[in-house]
Amino acid sequence: MSLGSRLANVFRGDRLSREIDEELRSHIAEAVEHGRDPAEARRAFGSAIRHSEESRDIRIVAWLDSLRADTIFGWRQLIKRKVTSAAAILSLALAIGACTSAFRLIDALLLRPLPVANPDRLFALYREGTGFDGKPQTFDAWAYPDFRLMRAAVKDQAELLAISYAERTDVAYGSDQEIEKAYLQYVSGWMFGSFGLRPAVGRLFTENDDQKPGAHPYAVLSHDYWTRRFGQDPNVIGRTLRMGERLYEIVGVGPERFTGTETGIVTDIFVPTMMHPAAIRDDSTWHRTLAVLKPGVAIEPVRAKLHATSRAFEQERAKGFTGMSRKSIDRFIDQTLLLEPAAAGTSGLQKDYRVALAAMGMLVMLVLLIACANVANLMTAQAAARAREMALRVSIGAGRWRLVQLVLVESAWLAFLAAVMGAWFARWSAPFVVSRINPPDNPARLFLAAGWRVLGFGTALTVGVMFLLGLAPALRASAVKPASALKGGEDPRSRGRLMHALIAAQVAFCFLVLFVAGLFVATFDRLSNRPMGFSPERLLTLNTVAQRSQPPVFWDQVAEHLRSVPGVETAALADRPLLDGYGSNSFISVNGAPPTEVLAYFRSISPGWTGTMKIPFIDGRDFREGDTAPGVAIVTEAFAKQYFNGENPVGKSFERTARHVRYQVVGLVRDAPYRSMREPILPVAYVPLHSVDANGAMQPIREATFIVRTFSSNPLALASTLRREVPRAQPEFRVTNIRSQEELIRAQTVRERLLAMLALFFAAVALLLAGIGLFGVLDYSVLQRRREIGIRMAIGAQAGDIARRVTADVFGMVIAGALAGLGLGLASVRYIGALLYEVKATDATMLALPSIAILAAALLAAVPAVIRAVRIDPVAMLRSD
Amino acid sequence: MPKPDSLQGSLDLLVLKILSRRPRLHGYAIMSAIKDWSGEVLRAEEGSLYPALHRMEEAGWIRAEWVTKESGRRARIYDLTAAGRKQLDAEESRWEAVTAAVNRVLRTV
Repeated sequence: MSLGSRLANVFRGDRLSREIDEELRSHIAEAVEHGRDPAEARRAFGSAIRHSEESRDIRIVAWLDSLRADTIFGWRQLIKRKVTSAAAILSLALAIGACTSAFRLIDALLLRPLPVANPDRLFALYREGTGFDGKPQTFDAWAYPDFRLMRAAVKDQAELLAISYAERTDVAYGSDQEIEKAYLQYVSGWMFGSFGLRPAVGRLFTENDDQKPGAHPYAVLSHDYWTRRFGQDPNVIGRTLRMGERLYEIVGVGPERFTGTETGIVTDIFVPTMMHPAAIRDDSTWHRTLAVLKPGVAIEPVRAKLHATSRAFEQERAKGFTGMSRKSIDRFIDQTLLLEPAAAGTSGLQKDYRVALAAMGMLVMLVLLIACANVANLMTAQAAARAREMALRVSIGAGRWRLVQLVLVESAWLAFLAAVMGAWFARWSAPFVVSRINPPDNPARLFLAAGWRVLGFGTALTVGVMFLLGLAPALRASAVKPASALKGGEDPRSRGRLMHALIAAQVAFCFLVLFVAGLFVATFDRLSNRPMGFSPERLLTLNTVAQRSQPPVFWDQVAEHLRSVPGVETAALADRPLLDGYGSNSFISVNGAPPTEVLAYFRSISPGWTGTMKIPFIDGRDFREGDTAPGVAIVTEAFAKQYFNGENPVGKSFERTARHVRYQVVGLVRDAPYRSMREPILPVAYVPLHSVDANGAMQPIREATFIVRTFSSNPLALASTLRREVPRAQPEFRVTNIRSQEELIRAQTVRERLLAMLALFFAAVALLLAGIGLFGVLDYSVLQRRREIGIRMAIGAQAGDIARRVTADVFGMVIAGALAGLGLGLASVRYIGALLYEVKATDATMLALPSIAILAAALLAAVPAVIRAVRIDPVAMLRSD
Repeated sequence: MPKPDSLQGSLDLLVLKILSRRPRLHGYAIMSAIKDWSGEVLRAEEGSLYPALHRMEEAGWIRAEWVTKESGRRARIYDLTAAGRKQLDAEESRWEAVTAAVNRVLRTV
């Protein structure tokens, strides 16, 4: 027989024992049959129990057998206390599930390497310096001519790749007039080769597809898009698609797992960089630059070479700068090039959510620790109740390790069951969170593959939880002194000390969670209640594109037509809606002075736009028919304050220095947030949408946004009507996207909403768990001290005195924990400062709220224990023992 | 009377040898055989024979089966396996080498 049979014997242990005993008995019987005296035969035989144990150990994997026995025993212990076990498992499951979800998100967004060759040698190029707004900034956008120089400079050490920001663009297939949205990325022709990727169908780009501007109208589809849009139809090769005014031929489909390098967005269509309209312009930064280092190449020399090349390029270019102050130019030149690892890709979503996810991860970790402390306290209390059992086990010969194993197996049961439920929770919750990143019409797409990494994390977490729960009670159980425990002694205070320390830790963590949650909620509250300066209710924005650029009057005609549609109160035109995240800016000069160092922001609008938006005039007039840009402008209060020292600017003028064009201020309006809810109010100038070039010729418009105020409180009800009405007025026009203004505002606060929602949820869970923990410990201490309390009452202690005695220690711990939590909170705020908006950690309310919540929870938790204590009947208590 | 210790190292050899001559013996019979064939000199603590039998069974030198005797009582009887036969040869030659060496020492001194 072998290990196999010994393993098998573990699971037929009872039968094995019976067989061994039977054989030993048969020996004695045989001896008696041979005429020996039974007593003599037994004596000669020796200790039957010892021999049978010895045989059993030979024929079985002994440790596994004891583990099996403990597993069954542990399960019975759990079943015996159904309610507490269920509560422990549920709270742990929630916490483990939340941690696993957080890990899945962090892994998918920040850690998991791209499915390309050698992701560890992939780096992204950044420039660190001071922005035109005077604040420190990091840029990852590059101009193509600069890229070309850098690529040549390091060609022996690294391959550089130009990859544009994935943009949501309008696509039409063949003669099909239906426009749909897809994510487009301009990529270097040699990108696929450098990444070691192979086509699923057709071919991928090569260097030859990326030579001359505008000469390579070819497209490669991503495998994901090919599957979603075409059901993996191989005949898609050779079909044409139209983007903007250009036709592209589909030449291939990328490999299955590659979805671009912008983690969080799945690129649908790749085209060569040379097809980008700004491909050879040196003043347009429109793509990221990635570097694939060759094996064994050191980073720093490559970085230095790239830095020198790029700096020389910008210095050369800056010679042609006009309309900028010397200081602005110096700041622009003085940037440092950085190489950051980009194994997991590089994207705006990573930038926006790195800190947020880390903060959420920390919060759920804290909740897990709180839950663990709870269960550990529960197990410690139970270990106290089982001290006699343990002592008995030791005295009949159980090894200490056997006791440690006994308790650890029980906590392993808890951890395992919680992990199974937690996995189910994480399965559901991680996609839930992803679906709430970004607005609904443009969801983030993260691949949350539940692979080995997540499994490994979950297993490590489960084992960690098992030890957190079980180690202290296990060691305590193994250190039991049989003599004193069986006598009923043992100092109850030592156990109390451990439980009190855990309570303090719990309260500290809970305070931290509540505090951070409070900051997130306050941030969201302040952002969403920020004064708008215009009225976003009932406003619709219609992004509209003409197949070819159209004269401005045609656009006005469509606006006029929309005004006549039933349900429309008023309509106007602008280049873009407010608060869609984009802006255009330039330096200006007032009264021929040198260019300012503060950027002014511009938006082009039609007459009536201010009225439609309900932005009130302070002075001056709205634009009229025939006003053009350059020529006249309406400016905001912030603009007047910045450039006119707060004086009324109406009638004065300023120059847009880069273009050398003048504007006369004809109106002054109230401030409104420009492109982002989180930004402070910017100095904004509104200029007419009708623009003329240097010769006075009217410029045609290809793309603009209709702003429509409806009568209905649900403006989107009118969306489909308006989508139809636009081409009815002008067949060349297509509405590509309709969003309500409120949707745009909500989209800006998506992260804050998500953080506030999740943090609030976990704060509630943390508070609940901490409250339950407090209740448990108080209740236990009353139970432990019931004899002492009985005696005190018998000799005349008052109820108030008893209540104070019972709760004093624990409340001391609560205060200590809260203070520790406060310290942790204040220390942690600087890590999450970027996520906060107009909230100070030192605000009295921010600190008072968690304190009050915890104190209230502690009081509530103390009530049952105090009632139990003062209801103790001294007579019954003193008689019972 | 020799203590069980004196059997140390040779119990396996004796059991294997006995089973090679007389297959299908139960524990008591093996014990009796050791006692009888050694002229009542060698004697194991009866109970410790069983862990040794079980160890040899785990090692695959002997195999066991249950048989029912005429009295209706079940007995576990043992048999040598091929591996046991090989083991017996090895143990036997080792034993001979050791006793020869010991004898040489006794003769020389």
